[in-house]
Amino acid sequence: MSTVKLTVNGKAVSVDVEDRTLLVHLLRENLNLTGTHVGCDTSQCGACVVHIDGRAVKSCTVLAGQAAGSNVTTIEGISKGDELHPMQAAFRDNHGLQCGYCTPGMIMSAIDIVQRYGGELDEATVRHELEGNICRCTGYHNIVKAVLDAAGRMKVAQAAE
Amino acid sequence: MGIEGIGASVVRKEDRRFITGKGRYVDDIKLVGMTYAQFIRSPHAHAKVKSIDSSEALKKPGVIAVLTGQELVDDKIGNLICGWAITSKDGSPMKMGAWPAMAPEIVRFVGQAVAVVIAETKNQARDAAEAVVVDYEELPAVPDIKAAIKPGAPQLHPEAPGNVVYDWHLGDEAAVKDAFSKAANVVTLDLTNNRLVPNAMEPRSAVADYDAAEEHFTLYTTSQNPHVARLVLSAFYNIAPEHKLRVIAPDVGGGFGSKIYIYPEEMVALWASKKVGRPVKWTGDRTEAFLTDAHGRDHVSKAELAFDKDNKILGLRVKTHANFGAYMSLFSAAVPTYLYATLLSGQYVIPAIYAEVIGVYTNTTPVDAYRGAGRPEASYLIERMMETAARQLKVDPTELRKKNFITQFPYQTPVIMAYDTGDFHASIDAAMKAIDYAGFPARKAKAKADGKLRGIGVSCYIEACGIAPSKAVGSLGAGVGLWESAEVRVNPVGTIEILTGSHSHGQGHETTFCQIIAERLGVPISQVSIVHGDTDKVQFGMGTYGSRSIAVGGAAIVKAMEKVESKAKKIAAHALEASENDIVIENGEFKVTGTDKSIALPMVALAAYTAHNLPDGMEPGLKETAFYDPTNFTFPAGAYICELEVDPTTGKTSFVNFVAADDFGRLINPMIVAGQVHGGLAQGIGQALLEGAVYDSNGQPVTASFMDYTMPRADDLPSFQISHTTTLCPGNPLGVKGCGEAGAIGASAAVINAITDAIGNNKLEMPATPDRVWHTIHG
Amino acid sequence: MYETIYHRASSVDEAAALFAKGGEPKYLAGGHTLIPVMKQRLASPSDVIDLGKIKELIGVDATADALTIKAATPHCDVAQSSAAQKAIPAVAYLASLIGDPAVRHRGTIGGSLANNDPAADYPAAVLALGATIKTNKRTIAADDFFQGLFSTALEDGEIITAVSFPIPAKAGYAKFPHPASRFALTGVFVAKTKDGDVRVAATGASQSGVMRVGPIEAALKANWSAAALDGVQIPSAGLLSDIHGSADYRANLIKVMAQRAVTAAG
Repeated sequence: MSTVKLTVNGKAVSVDVEDRTLLVHLLRENLNLTGTHVGCDTSQCGACVVHIDGRAVKSCTVLAGQAAGSNVTTIEGISKGDELHPMQAAFRDNHGLQCGYCTPGMIMSAIDIVQRYGGELDEATVRHELEGNICRCTGYHNIVKAVLDAAGRMKVAQAAE
Repeated sequence: MGIEGIGASVVRKEDRRFITGKGRYVDDIKLVGMTYAQFIRSPHAHAKVKSIDSSEALKKPGVIAVLTGQELVDDKIGNLICGWAITSKDGSPMKMGAWPAMAPEIVRFVGQAVAVVIAETKNQARDAAEAVVVDYEELPAVPDIKAAIKPGAPQLHPEAPGNVVYDWHLGDEAAVKDAFSKAANVVTLDLTNNRLVPNAMEPRSAVADYDAAEEHFTLYTTSQNPHVARLVLSAFYNIAPEHKLRVIAPDVGGGFGSKIYIYPEEMVALWASKKVGRPVKWTGDRTEAFLTDAHGRDHVSKAELAFDKDNKILGLRVKTHANFGAYMSLFSAAVPTYLYATLLSGQYVIPAIYAEVIGVYTNTTPVDAYRGAGRPEASYLIERMMETAARQLKVDPTELRKKNFITQFPYQTPVIMAYDTGDFHASIDAAMKAIDYAGFPARKAKAKADGKLRGIGVSCYIEACGIAPSKAVGSLGAGVGLWESAEVRVNPVGTIEILTGSHSHGQGHETTFCQIIAERLGVPISQVSIVHGDTDKVQFGMGTYGSRSIAVGGAAIVKAMEKVESKAKKIAAHALEASENDIVIENGEFKVTGTDKSIALPMVALAAYTAHNLPDGMEPGLKETAFYDPTNFTFPAGAYICELEVDPTTGKTSFVNFVAADDFGRLINPMIVAGQVHGGLAQGIGQALLEGAVYDSNGQPVTASFMDYTMPRADDLPSFQISHTTTLCPGNPLGVKGCGEAGAIGASAAVINAITDAIGNNKLEMPATPDRVWHTIHG
Repeated sequence: MYETIYHRASSVDEAAALFAKGGEPKYLAGGHTLIPVMKQRLASPSDVIDLGKIKELIGVDATADALTIKAATPHCDVAQSSAAQKAIPAVAYLASLIGDPAVRHRGTIGGSLANNDPAADYPAAVLALGATIKTNKRTIAADDFFQGLFSTALEDGEIITAVSFPIPAKAGYAKFPHPASRFALTGVFVAKTKDGDVRVAATGASQSGVMRVGPIEAALKANWSAAALDGVQIPSAGLLSDIHGSADYRANLIKVMAQRAVTAAG
């Protein structure tokens, strides 16, 4: 057992876990942040994507200890109170989700994509960049639409700031 | 239509919880004192279980119990059932071997459970599971259909000689023989419909909680039909009587058929929670999903189509072998029979059809309904036949189809189904226009100049949805009726709750069902909520599969609404001192026509509950229940056209365009319908290009993770151009047909027809991987 | 995952010292090779020693002669590094194709090479460019480093600190991704050195891991063009064969990917 100290969604937390604990399990089991999901065993589906120090990572492939000292952001930490993050709103408005299981990971990956490309995105790029997130419901059509829509919204939001 | 009524693309009410991480899935549930289950699974496809030694495992930290299949037998827990009885052509009932939840004697597929460890933590359960020593004696395995039917093949079940579950047929053999004797041309094709793994993104999970004082069980489970689960767990598995068992299916992360069935893990979790006196959680990992979720498809067929000299179809003869895996899953028997052969007429006038289906056991994961269930196999077969025929007869494939389309409705096919309505010319014309079919030859020539092989492929599907009239399915062997129920509760303040037996695991019922109410009452959908997925809350239900939620579940809501409205009108008329016949409902108010007198819904509701001034003899309250049993299947149909390019140097396929023109009858929420089509198309394209569950010659799965089983990703798929043509379904009050499976049913033939067009070779099986396409091109 | 003890090292020396003390220790950088294997219980290290936060192991530098990527540099940083893009664009491009974006945020060149997965991308660049692998003990030439499936010249406890790629005259990479895993079903890296030598390496194709491709090297030495490979036959003996690609298909891919890589290299 070790004590892992990290910042999750802006709050400092200290958690005692077995060293073999994965970040996703620390989030789900110890912090009850169950929005981050597990959909595979092989680091491929992306349902577990969170941001560590601003970068999208698969939390099923990170030991809790590796995240010590880091800033972790999960799906629960991206809206400002009742105000949805533009990516969340775009997923809803474009029907970019059905069962909702892949959605948190999709949204966290999508935010990362838009941030990296500075909003300059086209359909082919979005499809390629979503390579690490699997959705079985939507056929990706509306997810791609949502990401492109959000890219525009995030650009506008950034310009306004 | 109001802004939130029928036909409006309302954004989904349920989305907020999903996009903020507040969805509540089974694995999110934690109960006080909860323990964790880890199954010990067979590494062999076929073996005798000689002994199970759990002595070392019991010494491991945190271990509470190790339970085995023999203990299930000792406690008289029932075997898994198949809920549909099929009769072979010789009149004998289908031949089934027993399927125990944990095998006490023989394992018949890799991944079958033999024991379970219950421990304080998940890690401890898994650590201890490795210490359970199972002594197996390996037996020869049957990995596929070919091996199963080979003379002298190893036998899976003594009850099923030759590994044959049934040898069934449908149609008129003599009439087909006669048709072929008169044929000017006969087209023949051997087809494989590849085995698929449903892979809902949420792995299956169960949390079972036994309350000893009340002798009551609660099961949280990833189910598409919690009431059916309760019925089966109670009536057949002997877990608990129904009134002592509550089944809750909270948010469920996709199903596609795979979460219809009541699996061993749920049974064992319930039983174990009583054994250990604490709640038990089991959550499968992805590998367990590959090994134990019911697979789909897996047919091998030979098809022959006879044409007269004018290219009119005379007859169709089909022989199909269907792989059931090692055991008969809940609906499995019906899938390659009444959900398959009954759709072999497709969109065409085929005077004579004869289909034989031989269902076989193999040492593989059980196979059951997966999105489309039987109908994709039928549609793939007939649509590949039509395309192949057009090439053989040297006519345009769309012309050949049009020449043979059914145009008069209702239309009785020779294989049971009576199509109620449709307009197949409208859908193919819409699709051809959308893709600029006429301009294709020029595009193909241009692609050729760039070194690419371009192809175009058509698929005109029809399916039978809204499953299904209870009397009809009962006469065909179903063990249950397939109606649906709804309760409409108008609360004293005028808010409304709809209790439905349908279950939403992505379909958007929490929005679309509210739109039905908004349409009828003129109230905002924010005043309506949908309650589903809990046997203690909802009266009863048959669940969600077979594109039945709106056609059957939605119709049940309408029936209950009619009762509520009738009563509310009486109350309003009484309050307004008017005749009941003069009351109309508009914008949430009950109005006396031709006057300015009205009373708002909340006042009517309050009157119903205060009961101070009701018409004489009227019961207080304003809530009604209805059970709706459909009178026929519904028949969604449409035309898909796919244009793609094949790179001859690698065999890789790239989409140029994919158009869909579907007829789903009335659309409640076009945005949600489009989403259902997109998802279905992705699964159909996945089957055509990417997906395939493979076993080696020993029955070992080769594709048991996302590392080996190709799931469609965003960059494998195009954006889709979808449109609708409409003929209203006459069989239900909403005029709806269902849209959940269409894409998966129609897409695969369009893709393969396009690739075979591109490469000029009809002999291509799914999945058309680059390797396979390259070999087909280069020999 | 079996129980293990996690250590975070702050220097290479500390990591080596921790390794020496451990029972059956393993190094961990991004963890994107080791953790999946541990999750499947196919590896059970007593200790995992995290190199991922060691500052001296992170960074990309280029001189006129060489591009040096420090071992714990994540793939995404290589892909986006202006130094790498300028010095050997094919290496930056290769890094941009590894796994998926989230994997590239964690996975490192050192981890990839130490594991030597037969379908990993980096080994193709390292072998084709004749790179030098620097460790905390020595330098190892690429030709000596790769020793078959999941096997390298690294000794127990040895830590890769950096990889130095000589800057070629021309280089290109083309990858045909495995449809499911997105590793390389076959990836080919072609390089023409400043002194005119040609080295070509293929990953994902061979039963014994990354390999040089003699027939293509010979053809390109004579004529550096995609067309020069039209008539080349790659023998399928010794190539991997599975449901996603038979040996003869992979043999074809080696040629086709080599042609694309040459075209990309210019």
